[in-house]
Amino acid sequence: MIVFDQVQKSYQVGGRAIPALHPTDMTVETGEVFGIVGHSGAGKSTLVRLINLLEPPTGGRILIDDENITDYDAAELRAFRRKVGMIFQHFNLLSSKTVADNIAFPMKLAGIYSKTEIRERVQELLARVSLVDQASKYPSQLSGGQKQRVGIARALACRPTILLCDEATSALDPQTTQSVLKLLADINRELGLTIVLITHEMDVVRRVCDRVAVMDAGRVVEMGPVSDVFLHPKHPTTRDFVFESESIDSQELQEDLQRANGRILRLTFKGDSTYKPLLGSVARESGVDFSILSGRIDHIKDTPYGQLTLSLVGGDLDIAMGAFEAADVHVEVLR
Amino acid sequence: MEALLSNVDWTEIGWASWDTLIMVGLSLLFSVLIGLPVGVLLFLFGKRQLLEQPVAYAVLSFVVNVLRSVPFIILLIVMIPFTVMLIGTSLGVAGAIPPLVAGGAPFFARLVETSLREVDRGIIEATQAMGASVRQIILGALLPEALPGIIAGITVTAITLVSYAAMSGVIGGGGLGDLAIRFGYQRFQTDVMVITVALLVIFVQVLQMVGDRLVLYFSRK
Repeated sequence: MIVFDQVQKSYQVGGRAIPALHPTDMTVETGEVFGIVGHSGAGKSTLVRLINLLEPPTGGRILIDDENITDYDAAELRAFRRKVGMIFQHFNLLSSKTVADNIAFPMKLAGIYSKTEIRERVQELLARVSLVDQASKYPSQLSGGQKQRVGIARALACRPTILLCDEATSALDPQTTQSVLKLLADINRELGLTIVLITHEMDVVRRVCDRVAVMDAGRVVEMGPVSDVFLHPKHPTTRDFVFESESIDSQELQEDLQRANGRILRLTFKGDSTYKPLLGSVARESGVDFSILSGRIDHIKDTPYGQLTLSLVGGDLDIAMGAFEAADVHVEVLR
Repeated sequence: MEALLSNVDWTEIGWASWDTLIMVGLSLLFSVLIGLPVGVLLFLFGKRQLLEQPVAYAVLSFVVNVLRSVPFIILLIVMIPFTVMLIGTSLGVAGAIPPLVAGGAPFFARLVETSLREVDRGIIEATQAMGASVRQIILGALLPEALPGIIAGITVTAITLVSYAAMSGVIGGGGLGDLAIRFGYQRFQTDVMVITVALLVIFVQVLQMVGDRLVLYFSRK
């Protein structure tokens, strides 16, 4: 478990303290995939680097499994960092080492593994990230997705309990992003590893994260389970991110709503209710006519969801609303 | 042909070439041995680097700059008392080596500093995140990553030392430069001058070629 207790960070620039992270409380549970989303400069990069103290905080306490890591001396810090893997946007592989040597590197640095142990572990990791054939190649001979898989294998070498991902998919094309995210999800599930990932793409959060924190100007402005934050965004920044990932133009949407008649509802289906044939039966029972103004159906991690914006005319609105709520559908009255 | 090169004593040329080789080889060895750690320290002490030390950086940088700003011909003369103190003579092959190192080491140190700075900061960060100590970061990541740059630096330094070694002939340093000055310049034996210069050109060409090959071999980018 990672606990931030009033953690803050500021940089001294020309004698003035410029805050990068305002005092922040945050808890990441063991075994979850925790996303941190924000625009560049929002402080998410600083936040993830506080977890392994690449950036020391200027205030507050960071507890990892109930140990205050800000009290560690240099040797304790090095031992702790071996238990925290990290992957990067630009992979940061050593260009002078082969794929196998890159993966072996953290084990060699640790100095506690025998040659045989290292060789076996490297083989095991190569297999996990499907790069057995590339073992003796150099990073410059690999594609972006392959490089990131080497990065992941390297981060896992010393069997860490936490994996930090710094914009790990931002330099990859959509298809490669998919496969890297799938690999991360598999690792999380099979190894029970806690993953903290920062990204500027809400889509990455939607695919793999359990919970998410949204950052803006050095503050966490919204935090919660991905389905809550994603389907019912409260803070304007969060709304921007969600709309952006759904390609919704909020002005266009407003104009569409203006033109529609009657009441406007937004229905959110989650899990099993997504597949229920609800609209027709509600329309029959309550006598309302509806038209669909916008809609989307997709998955949040493994949970299917649907969100529909309807305009309802005539009939008995109360019966309709009651029927929706009875079927576990979240109803929001927009007008 | 015989008449054209009437003044050339090939045995003398052979020995002079050998002397130049020894002077360049030994001074290059010491320049690397001294310049490499100094270059690493310059890098580490620099602004926003691993062991940021503004005062130590300023001092080290000042010494390097002083040695580099003195024209080598002046450095040769200024070094004479120190050279005598160090090895007993300021003449011959041995006498030329201390001033050559004094000229070569700071030059090489700057080249090392520059090639270390060119290593992607992300690699240092990644190595730090693996729990590496500063020593491990330098030996395990920085130097291997900067190796092609450092080899290119050694090549440039070696070539600079060839020209410095030739200059040391002025104060009786021995080698091809000495030959060129004593025979080619002072006795107007143009043929000796031409041969020594030709040999120096070949020497530099070979060094550059070997250096380039090695850089290519060690570049994995």
